[in-house]
Amino acid sequence: MVADSSRSDAGTAAEPADDRLLEVENLQTVFHTERETIRAVDGISFGIAEGETLGLVGESGSGKSVTARSIMGLVDSPGELLPDSSIRFDGRELTGLSETQYESVRGGGVAMVFQDPLSTLNPVYTVGNQIEEALSLHRGLSGLEATEKAIELLEDVGIPDAARRVSEYPHEFSGGMRQRAVIAMALACDPDLLICDEPTTALDVTIQAQILELLADLQEEHGLSILFITHDMGVIAEVCDRVAVMYAGEVVEQAPVVELFENPRHPYTRGLLRSIPSTQRGADRLETIEGEVPTPNAPATDCRFAPRCPEAFDACREVHPEPVPVATETADADADHTAACLLYPEDETREQAVDRHAIEDAPPGAGAVDSGGESR
Amino acid sequence: MSRPGPERTATGLAGLDCDPGETLLSVRDLRTYYESGDLIGGQPVKAVDGVSFDVKKGETLGIVGESGCGKTTLGRTLVRLEAATGGEVRVGDDDVTQLSGEDLQAWRRNAQVVFQDPESSLNDRMTVGEIVREPLDVHDWGTPAERRARVRSLLEKVGLQEEHYYRYPHQFSGGQRQRVGIARALALEPEFVVLDEPVSALDVSVQAQILNLLMDLQEELGLTYLFIAHDLSVVEHICDRVAVMYLGNVMELGPTEELFEDPANPYTRALLSAVPEPDPTAEIDRMTLRGTPPSPRDPPQGCPFSTRCPVKIRPEGFEDVDDETWEAIEVFRETLRARSRAERSLSEQAREFLGFETRFATVDEVVEELFADRELPGSIREPVDRATDLARDGDEAPALDHLREELGSVCDHEPPAAHGVDATARESRCHRHDDEYEEPAAVGPSVGDAE
Repeated sequence: MVADSSRSDAGTAAEPADDRLLEVENLQTVFHTERETIRAVDGISFGIAEGETLGLVGESGSGKSVTARSIMGLVDSPGELLPDSSIRFDGRELTGLSETQYESVRGGGVAMVFQDPLSTLNPVYTVGNQIEEALSLHRGLSGLEATEKAIELLEDVGIPDAARRVSEYPHEFSGGMRQRAVIAMALACDPDLLICDEPTTALDVTIQAQILELLADLQEEHGLSILFITHDMGVIAEVCDRVAVMYAGEVVEQAPVVELFENPRHPYTRGLLRSIPSTQRGADRLETIEGEVPTPNAPATDCRFAPRCPEAFDACREVHPEPVPVATETADADADHTAACLLYPEDETREQAVDRHAIEDAPPGAGAVDSGGESR
Repeated sequence: MSRPGPERTATGLAGLDCDPGETLLSVRDLRTYYESGDLIGGQPVKAVDGVSFDVKKGETLGIVGESGCGKTTLGRTLVRLEAATGGEVRVGDDDVTQLSGEDLQAWRRNAQVVFQDPESSLNDRMTVGEIVREPLDVHDWGTPAERRARVRSLLEKVGLQEEHYYRYPHQFSGGQRQRVGIARALALEPEFVVLDEPVSALDVSVQAQILNLLMDLQEELGLTYLFIAHDLSVVEHICDRVAVMYLGNVMELGPTEELFEDPANPYTRALLSAVPEPDPTAEIDRMTLRGTPPSPRDPPQGCPFSTRCPVKIRPEGFEDVDDETWEAIEVFRETLRARSRAERSLSEQAREFLGFETRFATVDEVVEELFADRELPGSIREPVDRATDLARDGDEAPALDHLREELGSVCDHEPPAAHGVDATARESRCHRHDDEYEEPAAVGPSVGDAE
């Protein structure tokens, strides 16, 4: 794979890929429908180091949640991961594992916290029961031992009066408490990687602040790596070390968090940051990104953002951009900042840049630009 | 009855025809309670519990607060979707809560709502044209041909195309559906529009489009907005004045700029400091609130915010107790409150009656955990022990009463009055604005846009 080898070259300079806890490469998750094939996640690559928090940000429909579910092995028919996809966790390839094999991964290494705690918890079992189930499955605890451990976990996530609450049902918990209980369940299997899919979106800001604080404490305590999915740039700024911006199934920009906010390179990232009301205090009108997020239903042969992009030029509709290093001189040398946009690299002429993207995008063995549809 | 039509100019209620800047709505001590439905002894849910404010013609008044604070109920009461339990809503000489017949119809024409969720507020079986035309049909507006023409011009006004008339809601994206909802609200040329979280279901880039549209429409049509939201950055952007609600009460009310720059009320300060800034280099100096809001069925006797307030006034004689011990007392009270709210099943009641151990029998453990490592002065130890004894019998209410009597301050006993806090007619309800106490800003971390 020409594209991928050259891409990871840029990454290896700063950090050997093997050191990272999670390494996702060219992940493609598609959903087959009667009419078309939706390419919900279309060839994204990223990695998470130990103890690091990577933010995945994008609008609804950009493929954030499908990415999370793909890592957790929760993509069912009519969805599937295409053969070239690779997810390595702790050195082990996860794609192609059987359901039983995956269960040990979900239990032992990776846990997930979903957006809506009420639908994550089973309404007919007590909260304690559900945590004890996780404990018995993954740690072999049972009986009094499990109950005590469950109470301990509830205390760890800041639930007061845990000894009583352990025997309550989810409906007796408030929204914030429920999310704490879900986090306790996730911790029951002592994970190394926690995937948080919009964990605070359904909560009020004061409760959100509590949960973010809790996650930060737990991360420090347990040395967790976190994949944090959200659409809220404020939350991203607060919790993440690095950020990957997703648009229509692709990662369009990836950078350390300060670098991304101070020096956004992709026009989409810029637009996204500019449309937040609090970044434009005093402005009469908000800047907007016109139009809507498209549904990717064919392999990309162009830039999917081009129809909405204020800086688009002719080639944007013909060449699919690949991520290229875009770190500026002022930034840290190993800033590891990439953007998938034909405007870059900036030090080349536009024609050179377009050619570079066109060559990198070409599938293995093919020299021509316009043969991108083979992977189907 | 005179039929409203395109030539209609008078609004029907005299008070609606006031000039921009004058008071359009005057809300006084408005209460909306939901009855519990229990046959005996049920407490009503006090969703809106005595709020007063004015809405000026042509302005955007923001209502912010956490979920359950009563902001949506307030909006629905103003447009008569809910019946008020007490208080009044004055429009000129009329009281909206008492209107009936033609006057009520006139108010309903002039007070419209845009709902939060464009998925569920549009009927999937009607075309967009029918949806927008429905209010015109209901109020017998003009001739059928005039109605259709009106719908077409409305669609264009909110940024949709004429050919969308015959499409169904599911064919549209969230942002476009919200545009349909706005067109429907504007069909009868209302004076007053309640926007109930109109953008919180939308993505940030689409949200900006809808906010711009709302501001353009306000300017063009001279609309008055009540903008209900929980997203403070949106409120800061669009509102002229803001009311901050907590547990059915307005805690602070004032011009947006001043309120965001220098929030006066402890709750406003906590709320603002909880919002994550989209700036990774910003220093976080956050007042994280403990616990969750109390139940609106059983609000605190004193200040509504007293159970979570980080700058609550200490009672006399306890000023020197260290912060952690004092925090432990507050957590103890919070725990007892949570227990008193928990429902006991029949089997639990039976076990309790027969003297078996239940999940409520662990109050000693709670006390042990909170106070074991602490040196408590007698004046604290005694009430805590007494409350523990009372709570051990499974009835937390007397225990809570005892703690409030012995360790409560003015915040636990009296609801705070509204104090003017700056030159802009801004009001805040907090005992700390009394001269004898320190201001909230003096005792908490700094919050607000002004550094």
